[in-house]
Amino acid sequence: MTTSIEWHGPHCPAPLRDYPHVMLSHGGGGRLSTELIEQVFLAAYGDKQALLGDSTPLTLPSQRIAVSTDSFVVRPLFFPGGSIGDLAINGTVNDLAMSGAQPFCLTAGFILEEGLPIEHLVRIVEDMACAARAAGVRIVAGDTKVVERGHGDGCYINTTGIGILPADRQISINRARAGDRVLVSGTMGDHSMAIMSVREGLEFESAIRSDTVSVCDLVHQLIAACPGVRALRDPTRGGLATTLNEIAEASRCGIELDEQAIPVNGVVRSACEFLGLDPLQAANEGKFVAIVPADEADQALATLRSHPLGQFAAIIGHVIKDDHHLVVAKTPLGAHRIVPTPLGEQLPRIC
Amino acid sequence: MKYLDEFRNGDQAKALVARIAGLATRPWAIMEVCGGQTHSLIRNAIDQILPPEVEMIHGPGCPVCVTPLNMIDKALEIAARPDVIFCSFGDMLRVPGSRADLLRVKAAGGDVRVVYSPLDALKLARENPGREVVFLAIGFETTAPANAMAIKLAKQQGLKNFSALVSHVLVPPAIEAIMNSSGNRVQAFLAAGHVCSVMGFRQYHPLVQRYKIPIVVTGFEPLDLLDGIRRTVQQLEKGEAIVENAYSRVVTEDGNTVAQAVIEEVFQVTDRGWRGIGVIPSSGWSLRDAYCDFDAEKRFDVAHVETEEPPQCRAGEVLKGAIKPHECQAFGKTCTPRTPLGATMVSGEGACAAYYNYGRYVQITEVAHT
Repeated sequence: MTTSIEWHGPHCPAPLRDYPHVMLSHGGGGRLSTELIEQVFLAAYGDKQALLGDSTPLTLPSQRIAVSTDSFVVRPLFFPGGSIGDLAINGTVNDLAMSGAQPFCLTAGFILEEGLPIEHLVRIVEDMACAARAAGVRIVAGDTKVVERGHGDGCYINTTGIGILPADRQISINRARAGDRVLVSGTMGDHSMAIMSVREGLEFESAIRSDTVSVCDLVHQLIAACPGVRALRDPTRGGLATTLNEIAEASRCGIELDEQAIPVNGVVRSACEFLGLDPLQAANEGKFVAIVPADEADQALATLRSHPLGQFAAIIGHVIKDDHHLVVAKTPLGAHRIVPTPLGEQLPRIC
Repeated sequence: MKYLDEFRNGDQAKALVARIAGLATRPWAIMEVCGGQTHSLIRNAIDQILPPEVEMIHGPGCPVCVTPLNMIDKALEIAARPDVIFCSFGDMLRVPGSRADLLRVKAAGGDVRVVYSPLDALKLARENPGREVVFLAIGFETTAPANAMAIKLAKQQGLKNFSALVSHVLVPPAIEAIMNSSGNRVQAFLAAGHVCSVMGFRQYHPLVQRYKIPIVVTGFEPLDLLDGIRRTVQQLEKGEAIVENAYSRVVTEDGNTVAQAVIEEVFQVTDRGWRGIGVIPSSGWSLRDAYCDFDAEKRFDVAHVETEEPPQCRAGEVLKGAIKPHECQAFGKTCTPRTPLGATMVSGEGACAAYYNYGRYVQITEVAHT
């Protein structure tokens, strides 16, 4: 009599739940790797065919595509309003949307630090799955590596996205023209201040939540209502100041802002005042700047404001002819100041 | 934001500017002492809307800018030690020493951390008993109470692994130094509201009597600044020289006596070097003997540190109001916020950085209306 035994070689048969923390073996390509993929990633994404093969064949519905890649290293991993998982999806789909593309699929690469609680990884991956569903995008390939404790910061994620671009869509930051209007889709600085409020050593109590969200639907509505949209850009790191300077430089024009028209949540403003930071230099993760022809500006504003994600949208300035390619802001006192590109991370002032 | 918005009202600001214009019959040079006031003046472009008779001269009141190079170099040396967690306020991190800055020391492996309060450094010391935690205790009278309190608590709690690198500076001796300097053009001062919230303004009476200059205690919001300027111009035009308090919602004549008591217990007056200016007698605070165990300079033996100031940097003349930032040859060329030669190009409150960032060196009104 023979008994059929499924033999996988010597291994620990304990299920993943018996490992409360990520171990080096989870990235070793062996059985623990498979269990991690099956019990964490597949459980959340549910696309077995896509995630277990070495590569994923895709049939794209269009010849013209947009590609974007971004890496996410935020600390802490969880913050008011979201997590690194939300950011990893929303960041990349929003970058695709900024060229007017409809996000089609994403890849996700993880670098995990030995010792990361599995429970945290599960929460991150579930947040990603949820954000991907909300943005209407599939995760079609993935990778996981584990580095030794002390060599990472818990979890780093890279996502690369492919978006479908209509043949005639021409949205680019070099297309702003003098006379165009500058709009923002909502309040500035929420994400930065949400992160600041929970960062180690700086904790302060606040009701500020990160604005991380996919803006794809909002962008879609805007383009449908205002086909003349010239440029879109999401003011992430470096904030509105950096984004507007990039547009001015790329389009070889200047931008004049009405400082009072820029929407900033009252709590964010207070936090910025308190810490000596500038909301125009603070990061956003669910907002965008739109440059639209003057005759479409009112329609653009009405379209944005009629969407739940755009209710605080505003026209904040206009594009001007300027050989210096400067961004200037009209202060509440009626004078003008230059809005510079910040050098790097904002450092809180001493007093 | 009521407490801020009501002091930023554009219409009221314009009305105040009109009143200042109505008062001023001839040119006046007024120095705002505090870097926070410089920042607000430039950020709100207040100097652009003032009548041409009123010239604002930006004073030496940015603590980051005047911290002596020698102290920065000592900080860099201590921060690079493997056994040290070095804690600093954020805007000190980019201040150039002779050869590096704290951000570069951090990139090279130093454990440099930004704290918002010296009490955070104390917490780090409690949490890391095996390491030395050093706090860079700089600033004017404004930051002194919290710094003194941290050192006092460290002693009370018997924390052996905490120390402070102290380089505090004081406003009244700086005003005296400016008034005594040859070629001084300053005819009146806006005193720094935050400094006076701690120290009161009693100590300014002897200065107005000795130098016959108006001193107006002034806040930081646009309407605060404009009201301070208005009162100053009014005194100048009438030939008066008194101490006035234009920031009475925060400042009293005697100041915060509890804070003063803590300062008095921990610190003593000392001669202090000011970056770009030189040593001003009795212009700083150092630790009293009773607290010398917490003196990082003694603990880490950094007396040998040598310093070397870039010769092109004219920050000293900027700090004394002798030149405007853009009148320096290096401004915007070899010296930018990315490659600062002096500390005045680093801090958001530094006159050079404020000029660079907010574009006083180009005719922006021209640009804006093209």
